[in-house]
Amino acid sequence: MVFYLQPQYLIKCTPQGILQSSRRWKSTLRKIDKLLIANRGEIACRVIRTAKRLGVRTVAVYSDVDKNALHVAMSDESYRIGSAATSESYLNGDKLLKVAKVASCQAIHPGYGFLSENVEFAENCQRQDITFIGPPASAIRDMGIKSTSKAIMSKAGVPIIEGYHGEDQSNDRLKEEAKTIGFPIMIKAVRGGGGKGMRIAYSEEEFIEALESARTESQKAFGDSVVLLEKFVAEPRHVEVQVFADTYGNGVHLYERDCSVQRRHQKIIEEAPAPDLSNDLRSELGAAAVRAAKAVGYVGAGTVEFILDKNTHKFHFMEMNTRLQVEHPITEMITGIDLVEWQIKIASGEKLLLTQKEIPLKGHAFEARIYAEDPRGGFLPGAGPLLHLSTPASSKDVRIETGVREGDEVSVHYDPMIAKLVVWGENRPEALSKLQIAGLETNVNFLLDLAKHPEFMAGNVHTNFIRDHYDSLFRDDTPNEILLIQASLTMILTDRIAEINEAVSRDDQYNPFVVESTFRINHEHSRNIKLKFKDKDFITIIKYANNSEYRISCDGGKSSYIVNGEISKSNNKLTLNCTINGVKSKVNIFRNDDILAIFDQNGKVQFSLEQPKFLSAQDEAASTGLLNKAVAPMPGILDKLLVKTGDVVKKGDSLFVLIAMKMEHVVKANRDATILNVLFKAGDNVAKDATIVQFDEQTE
Amino acid sequence: MFSKSNILLQNSCLVQILRNTSANVIKTQVDVQTPQFTDNHCRMVQLVNELKYKTENVLKGGGEKAIKRHTSKGKLLVRDRINLLLDKNSAFLELSALAANDMYDGSINSAGIITGIGKVCGQECIIAANDATIAIVMGSCTAGGAYVPAMADESIIIKQQGTIFLAGPPLVKAATGEEVSAEDLGGADLHCSISGVTDHYALDDEHALFLARQIVKNLNRKSSNTFNKPFESPLYDSDELYGIIDYDLQKPFDVREIIARIFDGSKFDEIKKKYGETLVCGFSKLYGKTVGIVGNNGVLFSESAMKGAHFVQICTQRKIPIIFLQNITGFMVGRQAEIGGIAKHGAKLVTAVACAKVPKITVIIGGSYGAGNFGIEIVCVEDPIQPRFLYMWPNAKISVMGGAQAAGVLSDVTSKGKMWNETEKKMFEKTVIDQFDKEGSSYFSSARLWDDGIIDPKDTRKVLGLSLAAALNSEVDETDFGIFRM
Repeated sequence: MVFYLQPQYLIKCTPQGILQSSRRWKSTLRKIDKLLIANRGEIACRVIRTAKRLGVRTVAVYSDVDKNALHVAMSDESYRIGSAATSESYLNGDKLLKVAKVASCQAIHPGYGFLSENVEFAENCQRQDITFIGPPASAIRDMGIKSTSKAIMSKAGVPIIEGYHGEDQSNDRLKEEAKTIGFPIMIKAVRGGGGKGMRIAYSEEEFIEALESARTESQKAFGDSVVLLEKFVAEPRHVEVQVFADTYGNGVHLYERDCSVQRRHQKIIEEAPAPDLSNDLRSELGAAAVRAAKAVGYVGAGTVEFILDKNTHKFHFMEMNTRLQVEHPITEMITGIDLVEWQIKIASGEKLLLTQKEIPLKGHAFEARIYAEDPRGGFLPGAGPLLHLSTPASSKDVRIETGVREGDEVSVHYDPMIAKLVVWGENRPEALSKLQIAGLETNVNFLLDLAKHPEFMAGNVHTNFIRDHYDSLFRDDTPNEILLIQASLTMILTDRIAEINEAVSRDDQYNPFVVESTFRINHEHSRNIKLKFKDKDFITIIKYANNSEYRISCDGGKSSYIVNGEISKSNNKLTLNCTINGVKSKVNIFRNDDILAIFDQNGKVQFSLEQPKFLSAQDEAASTGLLNKAVAPMPGILDKLLVKTGDVVKKGDSLFVLIAMKMEHVVKANRDATILNVLFKAGDNVAKDATIVQFDEQTE
Repeated sequence: MFSKSNILLQNSCLVQILRNTSANVIKTQVDVQTPQFTDNHCRMVQLVNELKYKTENVLKGGGEKAIKRHTSKGKLLVRDRINLLLDKNSAFLELSALAANDMYDGSINSAGIITGIGKVCGQECIIAANDATIAIVMGSCTAGGAYVPAMADESIIIKQQGTIFLAGPPLVKAATGEEVSAEDLGGADLHCSISGVTDHYALDDEHALFLARQIVKNLNRKSSNTFNKPFESPLYDSDELYGIIDYDLQKPFDVREIIARIFDGSKFDEIKKKYGETLVCGFSKLYGKTVGIVGNNGVLFSESAMKGAHFVQICTQRKIPIIFLQNITGFMVGRQAEIGGIAKHGAKLVTAVACAKVPKITVIIGGSYGAGNFGIEIVCVEDPIQPRFLYMWPNAKISVMGGAQAAGVLSDVTSKGKMWNETEKKMFEKTVIDQFDKEGSSYFSSARLWDDGIIDPKDTRKVLGLSLAAALNSEVDETDFGIFRM
């Protein structure tokens, strides 16, 4: 059987932004048996899994830093496409199309991000007769420009928020429009996204400054400074509807997701269906979303985002994401539908697999995004090796979506998301309790606190949730005595295991010096363990009553706990089972030379271990500290150098801009100085602590 | 690998499972309910508490002031140094912790030096705070001492702390007129970068100990005698040792009851059980290693001495280490004994023990009086090549004869020609007994390094095991006995 694709109808956008509907691609079945995944990380892995299940061969692509990545390992074939920089690899459409040709792929799945919403790439696929698994290029274009999309929605009877989307971008006109709509008002870059180019003006006085700021940021990020104005909803909920459309003009919705809780205007925890929504409202939202999709001749999976006023339950169209989204698994959990399967089948010309009535809505699901980031440090991203990765066991109710393995590097070049945890329960409380049990890494502590927050548990979510509940979300995290004891016991037992392993390797494990460990003549052996938590040192005193029971004091010996325990290992997870003053507890642990981490029901607590003084003394001998230089605070790409050799700078002057993990970091001079040397140029990749700028010599 | 050690960690009970009933298990006759047992136990607890109290005082070191003076210079205390040098969980067999105890006005602790054996990077090492086979120069090291680091294989010196020179700055000035600081004359920088006297440059004590561990790691030493077989714990509680030993050393007890509470599975393969019954000889295991045991069960007769000599020869032939459990009142005296040739039979035992080149470990569990003491102990001390350890229980006494006997002899000799009444005689004898008690006490001998330390009877198994492990690090030589007088 041979399948091919034919034009059915097309929607064109004229320069005036007025719509024309015409015939677009009409398809008969076109079999996809080999698929290129133009992405990386967890989404690439996720697509590969479904493709394999459907018997579709998979082709992965990778940049230099990803050559050992999980998605490469999982695919049937893989091709190198260039260096780490996205412009050289995952964003380079020509290279991807070339690979698709060479590997004889009939289709490309773009995942999310990268080229998933790139009009040109979608068009090029079409041109080269490769199926782009996504909507027609025209739909991407229409929905990509906010003013256009709002005009289309308005025409299709989808409620849109009061606002100004006009072409007159003069300050006076914008200000007048703002006054008409009323304050507070939102200024948004037309091409914006991810919170960039977005400002809120609370009053007329603030307006011009906020406008300029939004324009500058938008120009820098998107090469375009056109803005639109929108009525600002103070306590908005972010509710989005999953839609699907086939090439025969059919469309359905797969219910909604609530993504209200955000940080840095990015989603962090999502749930489906949205809490506290009447069935009528749910149907209304779904129908509006399907209308929206049909209005642009949509094909495949898409998401229509609405702003829902928390109090009035009025909703307005915000935008449509013309791709599979990060949070799609929660929709899969409540409907039992594999969205990637539907994508592939619809792209190969099949009709929608279910009618609206046949799509079930069962139970409740949550997704938490696990990021390498520091919630307390303004959610700034981090990068580096993943020393320890241990995930809860997957089951039909618990999904772990990840693209990394222990030992992998979280690269500065890409998104710092490490994993997604997706849970399902019969109802919201049940799903929520499942979310609270599973403990992972990084921002997990924060996610757990969030999941346990009474307001969140009650379903009172809105997009300012984190800001409004900041104090109660960021609890006092000073480790308690039980944690200190668990950490101390981990030290003792891991040391002991290492020594026993050593003895086993010498075939000497029954040596009395090993068996009677820590024995001392006529006195108890005692050991002090120093644990550093953030900037605070904790010292515990361990008395070895015998070689399996310890008395551990956290208060300098005034009082002590009677402790014993053991470490067990399953998969790569180390578990400490301990008894502290007769109370048994169980926590997961990780330890290397530098750090020790305890994972309990509240998340992760990480201690730095004491390093011998001579190590730092040796380092100091080799350098003069930060007095005479400025270094990169994290690995990244040097975006701009603001000084050159010979410049005289004052303390606090900006020296250079580093881009790392999609964020800008400005490094400033820590003293008045003359620039002696600049060691890198803009565009260079720099390692953490690399010296970028040298100052004139100065001694303390 | 992990699971293997895990089993070891979790299951001390695994060791128990291996036990099977066997004919050679010692059946105890001890009744822990008797008032005598309770009384003995009570007295031993007091003695052990005293021992721990004295040890604690030693551990405190030269008082808070001295400790502060030392640590404020960035130096670590001797015991901290040892703990840093050792593997984190290694046992440490400290020798003679109570050396110089109560001597020199009680001002010197552990005779100023801590010696012991422990594991460093998995290898058993003898550690002395100022010198082991590895020289760690941590203080000042002048004249004769200077050759120690120079003669070692590898040496470490600490920046601005360690100095090595044949003559110190004052002597140099007197001899040549050269004025020079100690650091410039023989400091770490000089010896590591110019003279080459030392090999490793340490920034501080901690660094020196880290380097020392690295050196040990690279010794590439392989122990020929490893402990690789599972073993059984004794069947009986070691705590019962407290009640078995009678406070009055003249009251006998069966040494087999002691053996049953120290050795693997309480098993004992005795030889010549019905001959020379006052000396108990046989084989047992300690942490899985076969050992010969020689234990006293009363005064030594000719037969006992011959039996002992025979057994020691067997052990040397098979290169089996010997453990002596001493409770000796001496060789039998009197005309009957002399006719039987007690002198030559005793000499056989002395010769056999003295010449035996197998590891010999002694615990004085009661008295060690008279020629018996000479026979087994003093001769051993003169053999510096073979490893040998001697420990005492806190109740133990050591002297050429018992205090009461000595008082009797001395008052007889001294009172000749004098007309002492009963009171005068008693007073004289009391002075002698008191002196014998003091000088015969374990503390008196331990302070003078006659032994390797006083130990808690409960720890005997551990201490013997550690000593055995340390002793087995060297190859056992062939024994060349002298002449046995027949």
